[in-house]
Amino acid sequence: MYQHTRLTTNRLGFFQKFRNFDYILLVCILLLGFISLATMYSTDGGEIKFHTKSHFTKLAVFTLMMLVMSFINIKYWFSIGYLAYVAVVGLLVGTYLFGITSSGSQRWINLYFINLQPSELMKIFIIVCLAKFFHRMKLENVNSIYTILTSLIIILLPMGLVIVQPDLGTAVLIAISGIAVLWFAGINYKYFIYTILGFIISLPFVIAFLKPYQKLRVLTFLNPDKDPLGAGYQIIQSKIAVGSGGIFGKGFLKGTQSYLEFLPEKHTDFIFTLFSEEFGFVGSAILLVIYAIIIYRIVAIGASSRSYFAKIFCYSFGAAIFVFITINMSMVLGLLPIVGSPLPIMSYGGSSMLATMIGFGIVMSARVHNQQLIA
Amino acid sequence: MINSSSDNVKKLNSINRRMFITGSLKFFVMIGIVSRLFFLQVKENKKYLTLSDKNRIREWKLAPVRGEFHDYFGNVIAGNFEAYQLHVIPEQVEDFRYVIYRLKDLLELSDTEFKKVLKKKNEIKPWETLIVSDNLSWQKFSKINNHLYDLNGVKPVISISRNYPFKENFTHLVGYVSQANQDDIESTQAIKKNFVPGLKVGKVGLEKTFEEKLIGTNDIERYEVNAYGRRISQLEFQKGEKGKTLRLTIDTEVQKLANELLKDQAGSICVMDIYTGAVIAMHSSPSFDPNLFVFGISQDDWQLIRNDPMKPLVNKTLQGNYSPGSTIKPIVALSALENGIVNTSFTVRCTGKTEMYGQTYHCWKKKGHGYVSLRNAMKQSCDTYFYEVARKLGVDKLSETAKKFGLGEKVFGDLFDIEKKGLIPNTQWKKNALGKGWLLGETIITGIGQGYIQTTPIQLCLMTAQIANGGYKIYPHLVVDDKVKDQPIDKFTPLYKNSKNIKIVQDAIFGSTNEVMGTSYRSRIDNPKYQFAGKTGTAQVKKITEEERELDLKTFQIPYEQRDHALYVAFGPYKNPRYALSVIVEHGGNGSTTAAPMATKLFKLIIDRHKIRESLRNKKYLEI
Repeated sequence: MYQHTRLTTNRLGFFQKFRNFDYILLVCILLLGFISLATMYSTDGGEIKFHTKSHFTKLAVFTLMMLVMSFINIKYWFSIGYLAYVAVVGLLVGTYLFGITSSGSQRWINLYFINLQPSELMKIFIIVCLAKFFHRMKLENVNSIYTILTSLIIILLPMGLVIVQPDLGTAVLIAISGIAVLWFAGINYKYFIYTILGFIISLPFVIAFLKPYQKLRVLTFLNPDKDPLGAGYQIIQSKIAVGSGGIFGKGFLKGTQSYLEFLPEKHTDFIFTLFSEEFGFVGSAILLVIYAIIIYRIVAIGASSRSYFAKIFCYSFGAAIFVFITINMSMVLGLLPIVGSPLPIMSYGGSSMLATMIGFGIVMSARVHNQQLIA
Repeated sequence: MINSSSDNVKKLNSINRRMFITGSLKFFVMIGIVSRLFFLQVKENKKYLTLSDKNRIREWKLAPVRGEFHDYFGNVIAGNFEAYQLHVIPEQVEDFRYVIYRLKDLLELSDTEFKKVLKKKNEIKPWETLIVSDNLSWQKFSKINNHLYDLNGVKPVISISRNYPFKENFTHLVGYVSQANQDDIESTQAIKKNFVPGLKVGKVGLEKTFEEKLIGTNDIERYEVNAYGRRISQLEFQKGEKGKTLRLTIDTEVQKLANELLKDQAGSICVMDIYTGAVIAMHSSPSFDPNLFVFGISQDDWQLIRNDPMKPLVNKTLQGNYSPGSTIKPIVALSALENGIVNTSFTVRCTGKTEMYGQTYHCWKKKGHGYVSLRNAMKQSCDTYFYEVARKLGVDKLSETAKKFGLGEKVFGDLFDIEKKGLIPNTQWKKNALGKGWLLGETIITGIGQGYIQTTPIQLCLMTAQIANGGYKIYPHLVVDDKVKDQPIDKFTPLYKNSKNIKIVQDAIFGSTNEVMGTSYRSRIDNPKYQFAGKTGTAQVKKITEEERELDLKTFQIPYEQRDHALYVAFGPYKNPRYALSVIVEHGGNGSTTAAPMATKLFKLIIDRHKIRESLRNKKYLEI
């Protein structure tokens, strides 16, 4: 009876929904958007050029999209979980068949109005899909062979499609997103331990199967000074840029490493390097704090959600975003090999931003509809 | 429902526990990232800041301005002039083909030169400077300047380059500069430090010896560049220092006269201050124009110099090992006096030839000189007398005295890497070098400066100077600098045992020039102001056969390469000597007819210039 009344009061009016917004999260996302625009302006050499304009357009469109998504009931997002997954897998297959090849890998698909990178979307939709998969499952069934095999197939299928592009970096990130869900769903610890042990043991064999350029990246990471003008160039220049930034940075639009074109990929993977060079340790720390608040809010929204789906989605999404940020930063700071992973929101690139904003949208929807139960 | 809700609770517990673990992990990873940032940006900031500057700032060195050579009176011997050059930066030219063909017309470039320029253009980056021409005449340079409206991107540039205004006069002394090669860069630290493409460095002579002092330091331009090396903006211009200018002890007038006297002949003249060791002139003939080498010598000019039978590339003053001939006689006489072998009254009868150890030794005078004492023997250069003295003296004692007076070792020490030591033989030397015992007959011909004995012209000059100054050691030098002051004579170390012996030898040499029957009597100057004393020498280049001796050919009848070398050493003015000189004319025939008259002309000039020189010294003119 009690439950019944709760369900009826769950139909929220427009303004109620508005009131339910997580404004801290929203402000942080907008702030991040603003910072990313300023940084993009700097990569364009202090002028409003293609990258700045394009980034602004995407930011505006996708933020609006996120807001619209947050008004849609979390139930709806639950219901499309499998469908979305299948759709993105379809896009990945489409990419494999008719994708656009650029710098040696076939990652993009032409959808007439946008060139989409479906592997980026998969980072989010695999979470939605698996969250739905585990939503109704009883805890004792979680560790059954059937569940584990099914979830592994759900993860390995898109991974395989991304690896053949080839794009090992994104494949790994998709796997991490999926594994995050498995972790929160309650898969036995021992499986994780076995997996890690198995990975370590098989590492030499994996390296043997890597493509030459991937092997080179690993070797370069281990010793970037070996070939400072060749393979080690990116890591070395990135470290120089960050290190020369100092405590307060060289100042906005004054990052010599970037505007004299020593920095590679400054719009995308190495955007943090440029930011860090111009704003220094203090600026970087502030950026990290913003990211930390965002992740904290996502987790808090998950904690306050009544539905298991919303909870597991928020937790997993928070963990995934955290890993994306960490991997990107570790990479540009020379702590990890160059794997090619964008920094959420900051990096130039529509697909990545679209995926992240969809994630935020679902999280926001979970917040607005946090009393919603999903049967 | 109860089951379901208890399952929900378990599920919630599980997920919250795992969230807690995840949260803690995130916290630690975050701390890791922040500490990495701290490490790079705060702790290692300096290192990366330097690396970043190294990335973005690039230096361009410009060729340093080379120090000059001045003579004693401040005349420029080796200076700098403004070379007119034409530079093009290809990327700043709109239509490179048009401009380059237009330049070809205007400069009247030959096809090979033109091809060279095009080849150079392909080797450089489009924003680097292409030097189309490195030494244009003023006419062409001004012609280009008049057509500049039509030649977008062409830059007329005035650049500093080496110039030798006295052309061939100082070539062997000063040397010349030319483009630095790999060996130069590796062997000299200063060149390595200041190297820029096209840098010119000393190749021989004093230009090479004093490279480190002359080279100066680069102007440095600092530019900010991008990752592709393109200059973005100039940050700094650091003016370099001009190399040190060196003032030489040389008197250009005397040097020029020496060059004139030896014109079309092979030989050497050197003049030295007998008290200070300052070299007044030092010339080797034939010479060549060092300016030819500055911008790279043409193949034709090079072949001409290289194939000249008189060997202009050899510095005869320092590298020429000559038999001293009779010019050694003062040393033989001195050695004999010092060792008590002879005294002034010792006489020998000369019959034109003498028989010793089963060999016949001839005097240059067929009829013989009759009874001769030391003074007469020196005056008339009697060979028989010196055969006898040498025999009694022995080669070991002779070589000791000769070495004391500067023969058999380098006069300038390390100053010239090409300088030869000559050879003063003794018994030990022959045993070591040739593995044979010394023959007494070899002593006898050493007494008249033939046989193994070899000396360089500069050594003969030093020897004469040290006899002329009363037998004191001097240190010949070419550069006026703070270290080698004009030292007073009493600080010198005496080379004699008894100063009387020096006086006896000086007097004998005086007789040789200023008394009837003296070998250089015809070249004397009676005016005591210029009066000098000298000893002739005629060095055989080959052994004279008996038939040739019978023929008694005149010099002009003998083929050039077989003629004797003519030598002359002298000092003056006799009353109060100040300068010594040595003259060697290769294949000049005879010392008294070829070499001695040159000394006459030289002494006139040297002594006339002495006052001017002294006035400079008294002014303590030492600013360099």
